[in-house]
Amino acid sequence: MWRDASLVAGRDLRIEARSRVALQQVAPFALLVLILFAFALDPEGPLLERATPGLYWVTVLFSAVLAVARSAAVDEADGVRDALRLSGLDPAGMFVGKALAVAAELAVLEVLLGAGVVVLYGADPAAVGLLAATCVAATVAVASTGTLYGALVSGLRVRETLLPLLLLPVLAPVLIGGTRAFEAALDGSPADGWSWCGLLAAFAVLYSAAGALAYGTLLEGS
Amino acid sequence: MEPVVHLRDAVALLGRFPALAGIDLDVARGEIVLLRGPNGAGKTTVLRVCAGLVPVVRGQAVVLGHDLRHDARAVRRRVGMLGHATGLFDDLTVADNVTFWGRAHRAERGDVEAALGLVGLAGRLRGVPVARLSAGQRRRTSLACLLVRRPELWLLDEPHAGLDHEARDLLDRLVRQAVGQGATVVISSHELDRAEALADRVVTIDGGVTGGAEPAPRHAAGIERDVAADATPGVAPEVTHVA
Repeated sequence: MWRDASLVAGRDLRIEARSRVALQQVAPFALLVLILFAFALDPEGPLLERATPGLYWVTVLFSAVLAVARSAAVDEADGVRDALRLSGLDPAGMFVGKALAVAAELAVLEVLLGAGVVVLYGADPAAVGLLAATCVAATVAVASTGTLYGALVSGLRVRETLLPLLLLPVLAPVLIGGTRAFEAALDGSPADGWSWCGLLAAFAVLYSAAGALAYGTLLEGS
Repeated sequence: MEPVVHLRDAVALLGRFPALAGIDLDVARGEIVLLRGPNGAGKTTVLRVCAGLVPVVRGQAVVLGHDLRHDARAVRRRVGMLGHATGLFDDLTVADNVTFWGRAHRAERGDVEAALGLVGLAGRLRGVPVARLSAGQRRRTSLACLLVRRPELWLLDEPHAGLDHEARDLLDRLVRQAVGQGATVVISSHELDRAEALADRVVTIDGGVTGGAEPAPRHAAGIERDVAADATPGVAPEVTHVA
């Protein structure tokens, strides 16, 4: 399984490196959303500071939808799905590989957005350990859930519009958990945030397992 | 000897539509069979059934010794399909594509280089993204992806479409070489002159059922393939008249 996961992850990351969609479209989109939030909420007032954790994770989720849609589209290309079915690659390995590639892209994006909220919103990253752990758990959760739902809608004509409609409500616990954990970290009371980080980790494990088990069936059905 | 493909009264659905209404087809090891018939007759569906991509809902379907109704996944790794779709990633180079599909089938780096060389893409074109290739060059790349997996059963859907004369000759030569090395080939084509020259037997399909089978004209005229020559890479196929 891990060999196939490595093969698929390498392919998806190579495609991203060559196409530069994440670099030239997803990252600018994410930064633009951050800037628009700063315009909408007075950057000098307390509201923006209080809302920073929520705005950060909303931006991550919006950007994740784009990254997941792009990842799913790779396997929608001309005859690729049939070729994958004929390849004998382990479906669980394919799922893990695709989720790892999305997670790698999101991790880079989160670092970029982190720098953005420090510069634009004046956030003070105090409890770095909690922030990092929250990002890791949330990234795995978003990537695994997104990859699963990307496969679920693949083959449908309305997949571009259906994906965010299905995915964003399912990711609500990630938004809540990530926001609460970041609030605790930025408030200087990280002890309150670890339970939320645990929730994110449980969510990540649940959807990673579900995706690895269901991906083969979804590949056949699409 | 057990046939490589054995379909008996096979029925397959595309959605609720019966794409195959009772196909009978037997293909022996090392045989090249041409499926002939009008558009919509079910030729492509027969190939997809043989690949284990379309399930059979009634009748018998045994490919490479596996019952497709229960064990389609075991068949898939052992077949290679060249169809209308290329199965390529546009943003990756020719070499990247062949390497990916080769590694998926546990091929060695040498196998990838050999496949690229066989289809004439080992030079400058190997580093070109597939998106920049012509239709014929994409087809060659797909052929390299098929070669690198060394399939036991080749399923070729309109394989000559979009290829220039040189590439068509190359494809025919590679098919003959593969057969010389033990592969079995099922072709669906409307280019009957060329496909019949390649085939041992012609099977007519119409309306999702088998209309009949007959020796290819080449065989009817007493001409047989020289398998020994076909099996030697780089040697142009020869034909031999038998008494």
